[in-house]
Amino acid sequence: MTASAAPRFDPLDPLGLDDLLDDDDRAVRETVRRWAADRVLPHVARWYEDGQVPEVRELARELGALGALGMPLHGHGCAGATAVQYGLACLELEAADSGIRSLVSVQGSLAMYAIHRYGSEELKERWLPPMAAGETIGCFGLTEPDHGSDPAAMRTHARRDGSDWVLTGRKTWITNGSLAGVAVVWARTDEGIRGFVVPTDAPGFAAHDIHHKWSLRASVTSELVLDEVRLPEGAALPGVVGLRGPLSCLSHARYGIVWGAMGAARACFESALEYATTREQFGRPIGGFQLTQAKLADMAVELHKGVLLAHHLGRRMDAGRLRPEQISFGKLNNVREALEICRTSRTILGANGISLEYPVMRHATNLESVLTYEGTAEMHQLVLGKALTGLDAFR
Amino acid sequence: MVVPACRDGRAHSVREVGLFPMKIVVCVKQVPDTESEKALRPEDLTLDREAVDAVMNEMDEFAVEEALQLAERTGGEVTVLLMGPEQGADTIRKALSMGADRALHVVDDALRGSDAVATSAVLAAALREVGFDLVLLGCEASDARTSLVPAMLAERLGLPQLTFAQKVETDGTEITVERLTDYGHDVVTARLPALVSVVEKINEPRYPTFKGIMAAKKKPVRTLDLSDLELDATEVGAAGAWSAVDDFTVRPPRAAGELVKDEGEGGRQLVAFLAGRKLV
Repeated sequence: MTASAAPRFDPLDPLGLDDLLDDDDRAVRETVRRWAADRVLPHVARWYEDGQVPEVRELARELGALGALGMPLHGHGCAGATAVQYGLACLELEAADSGIRSLVSVQGSLAMYAIHRYGSEELKERWLPPMAAGETIGCFGLTEPDHGSDPAAMRTHARRDGSDWVLTGRKTWITNGSLAGVAVVWARTDEGIRGFVVPTDAPGFAAHDIHHKWSLRASVTSELVLDEVRLPEGAALPGVVGLRGPLSCLSHARYGIVWGAMGAARACFESALEYATTREQFGRPIGGFQLTQAKLADMAVELHKGVLLAHHLGRRMDAGRLRPEQISFGKLNNVREALEICRTSRTILGANGISLEYPVMRHATNLESVLTYEGTAEMHQLVLGKALTGLDAFR
Repeated sequence: MVVPACRDGRAHSVREVGLFPMKIVVCVKQVPDTESEKALRPEDLTLDREAVDAVMNEMDEFAVEEALQLAERTGGEVTVLLMGPEQGADTIRKALSMGADRALHVVDDALRGSDAVATSAVLAAALREVGFDLVLLGCEASDARTSLVPAMLAERLGLPQLTFAQKVETDGTEITVERLTDYGHDVVTARLPALVSVVEKINEPRYPTFKGIMAAKKKPVRTLDLSDLELDATEVGAAGAWSAVDDFTVRPPRAAGELVKDEGEGGRQLVAFLAGRKLV
């Protein structure tokens, strides 16, 4: 074999994982990468500092036009992409900012997925097309002030009143809450936990933003208050009763996070690599020192192992063979490792690592939320522990 | 529906407005990514395409976007025309995923080393073959940067050439463009068929949507070689080129800037500097 026959070594794809992608996959990735480079990256540091995204509705419409909302769902205006393509989109969005990826995850994998999988034809036809277009933003209400990892103990309840349902309760840490035109709210009923599709202009519904947060600052987080919200019978999702409804939605969203976290990690790694080769101390680039090289090598290893894992899970999802425990495996590993990569990148950038001029600290603080939401790292350890031993350590 | 035959540029289209869809052909080129290091192959002094990522010439993205907008406004259809090796299929696919309807790919080993003269001969033959009311293309390619192909192509086809367009309007019979100039713009009008080259001010190219990406692979791509176009290998490629690369050197590093120290005359010196480079 001649030397010229060996493929080029790409520092940004050292394993040649691009080989796993087909032309469509690459085109999807390119579209999202360019959109994020044009529409998010030039502004995101300012959004983060200000704690608000003034053009968020416009961004949602643009994401809708691309097909990024409810991307792997079929019909009702959704793009019908593969799970791998959806994952690639999540990765590229989160390489810009976890808050933008969160907007897309909550819209597509939580709110739209719930309606798509468990809703009546009437609910699907009413809500999915404007949600796919980004005209209507959705949110997903499961977590409560006193019930996070243990949603089965939720207090929000729905009672029958004639043919109507009447909902009362509070939900918190709700991404997109005050932006939403529709909320998928989970509540206990006499029959068990059920999902309700709540138009946010219904009397008795209110959303209040949560301020003073030091993570996901380019994302809207709210508390939902439901005070005797009256809904017609058809607002209840007919397809599921019990906690497996919301948990299946969370699984779908976690799948996107498995990919997304590697986007945040990639952005930090690239920033650190660039810095290491240009920043000079003791008369030479710091990337020439062994301690820095060890960090870069370890980061690259974990980053691309994580991408490989995400791809493997994507292929299983596309084949209809992905188990929730495997998603827990992916979320536990990839968010934990992404956070470590961000923190290590921060050390390579030295004092500049804490500046908003670089993406590193922003990603690191974002990932503190990502580590916890959609199932904490500890819950995923417990899920895996149970699957490995057959012993349930938390219920 | 039968489309009128007089589409070779030698006679005006007899198409009536609204009766037939306007047929727009966009010529696109695949070029090395402007951000990658480029190298010439020592054996024949042509670009080493193996060593670089290939992308659609950026200026041609504006031409594709303009074609799509015109087609959307007038109910026309858009054909993409690319001359280049097999891997040019990626660039064709990109144009199709943006929304173009069909594509024509001219591939032939004998095309390697074509200069602007040879390229325009091939494109002209392909355009005669496919038929058109309007030809659109970027005003230059980011690799060779000669900006010659639009004019040569118009000349070969006997078409009015409306180059450096920053705005295009057409009613399907006539076409009017704002032609970017040093002093502003000229308004230029011609009857169709015509050729228009565009500048990047003209629009903002759309991102291929996911549905567009998935639809692209189902769109028809016709592949032609030189014999299909009744061209001889001696007319094209390095053999038919009127220009040749004899040698090349790496661009010297950027020279230090000129420092203007303000001792009361700084403003004048700055104006003189800018005026000397025709920047004001």
